[in-house]
Amino acid sequence: MRNEMTLTFSAVSENESFARVTVAAFVAQLDPTLDELTEIKTVVSEAVTNCIIHGYENSGVGKVMINASLEDGVVTVNIHDDGVGIKNVEQAKQPLFTTKPELERSGMGFTIMENFMDHVTIETEEGKGTTIIMTKEIARNRAVCK
Amino acid sequence: MSLKMDLEVKYGVLCIRLEGELDHHTADELREKVNHVMDDEPVHHILLNLGRLSFMDSSGLGVILGRYKRISGLGGEMVVCSISPAVRRLFELSGMFKIIRLETDEDYALHTLGVA
Repeated sequence: MRNEMTLTFSAVSENESFARVTVAAFVAQLDPTLDELTEIKTVVSEAVTNCIIHGYENSGVGKVMINASLEDGVVTVNIHDDGVGIKNVEQAKQPLFTTKPELERSGMGFTIMENFMDHVTIETEEGKGTTIIMTKEIARNRAVCK
Repeated sequence: MSLKMDLEVKYGVLCIRLEGELDHHTADELREKVNHVMDDEPVHHILLNLGRLSFMDSSGLGVILGRYKRISGLGGEMVVCSISPAVRRLFELSGMFKIIRLETDEDYALHTLGVA
């Protein structure tokens, strides 16, 4: 069975906590470990923060859309903005690279996403927006006899 | 859940005790508060107690790195203590332990800074 949910909210930092907690609550039905839940919360926080700071350049205008689905013990999370897009994806993925050092960004967002999830795909177009698609298999579901 | 910040200057060491969630939203407030204390009082070292921090992401790393740069520019040291496994993993992933020393608890960390 495929189960999915969609969430749309204003691109403001107040919603970062709301977004990660909501996705974690949805994923909880797969009975993940605490570590897995923390990983999912962290990657949602990273991607949503990117939408707010980079996609919409901290304007407070615009919406972030999250679609999460569960199927066969695998979580898929799509996080989308209609912002400025990423000019150079390979550069953006480099650890410690940031286009906003003046905001004290660590440049670790994509590195964390790639480390904490099984797969991360970035779809982006300048002036149109960015979608991050991440998947992760919840380990407990692998061992369970179906 | 937001972030509770307890800032205290003890013998020239700025002790920053965090409780709750350190993300992009709360990082700005932490940056401002720490900068304010450092503008007002002589601070030689920074001690970060993360024992009650339940969540942190790369925005937290950014604000910690920013304060590290400031204190190391003044010739001081940054020490972190009481770190959770999840936060420890983020620190390891980003190479933070190459520049920020890790100690088990606040008393011992203060002792290693020569003030308690």
